[in-house]
Amino acid sequence: MTIYNMYMFDRNGTLLHYAEWHRNKEAGMSRTEEAKLMYGMIFSLKSFVSKVSPLDIKDGYLHYSTNKYRLHLYETPSRLRIVLNTDLLVQNVKELLHLIFSQVYVEYVVHNPECALGQPIQSQLFATRLDEIVKQHPGFAVRSV
Amino acid sequence: MTIYCVFILSKSGSLIYQLDHNMPTIEHEKTFSYPLELKLEVQNRNVTVVYGQRDGIKVGHILTAVNGIKVTNTQLDDQRDAMQVLSDPTNFPISLKFTRPRLTTNEKIFQASMFYPLYMMACQLSPEPRSSGIEVLTADTFRMQCLQTLTGIKFMVVADHQQGPLNALLHRIYEIYADYALKNPFYSLEMPIRCELFDEHLKSTLDAAGKSSGLNTA
Repeated sequence: MTIYNMYMFDRNGTLLHYAEWHRNKEAGMSRTEEAKLMYGMIFSLKSFVSKVSPLDIKDGYLHYSTNKYRLHLYETPSRLRIVLNTDLLVQNVKELLHLIFSQVYVEYVVHNPECALGQPIQSQLFATRLDEIVKQHPGFAVRSV
Repeated sequence: MTIYCVFILSKSGSLIYQLDHNMPTIEHEKTFSYPLELKLEVQNRNVTVVYGQRDGIKVGHILTAVNGIKVTNTQLDDQRDAMQVLSDPTNFPISLKFTRPRLTTNEKIFQASMFYPLYMMACQLSPEPRSSGIEVLTADTFRMQCLQTLTGIKFMVVADHQQGPLNALLHRIYEIYADYALKNPFYSLEMPIRCELFDEHLKSTLDAAGKSSGLNTA
């Protein structure tokens, strides 16, 4: 069980924060390019889901899985988007994502007057706290391989 | 336990088959007085709710009938314009019917070809090497499973959450495709599937899968 990495985007598609724990493959492009591609993908994914859905979509959470990993997308009403990649065994990621938003982003970015909104997050405290909260999650365990 | 629809994409990413099996219709009719509590706008040539969700009428729903008269795009069947009718206070109280828009054939083709790059990007952005593309996509209202065959054809089934594993069903659809589309001498590869036997068998399989407890789909 492991958590690979996390992207945080604001409503304009700016990459606010990228964090990485275990990652075994690079996308073969620069981090900024990769962030753009990721944002483009989740944007299309959202629109695809809302069109294909037979009923009205209620909340801003969805995930997809491939044979290797699972991508979780959490979206707040203010269009902050958090993308978390985990392996296929990790459970209850929705709670973790909500925790990251309410306990880390709101507490250490929104409540910090030094943090300019809509720009990459510089705060060291935010990064430390995020790291802590992810590492506390039961799904976070280094694989013995 | 419902299977909503099936998509089949060719190797090049175009839609070659689509079947709505059990799509629910969401319709709400309500009598309104002047002024309307809903904010309506013309979007994609339809009168769309943009603000003010109430009584099951949601943002994104489109106007389909005014006082029982059908609305086609923005025009009533008696040639009046829907927005003009709604802006005239003398027409009130008025009964309006709203529904969640269905995908048109063109939109289905568009959405299907949008899935193809999504599938590729999921591979590319993978944190693990040698990942496949999207296999299961879950949102709060439905679950979609995709099977890509070795020859690159994608079978996609959209079902609700109660429906059990869809893998067996997808393999069964693949089998039906191999038997009744590929072996049909009048079917040319990469072209939309128009084979009667294929239709029949697919429909009966979906019916059976929708009824079974989900433990043994297919």
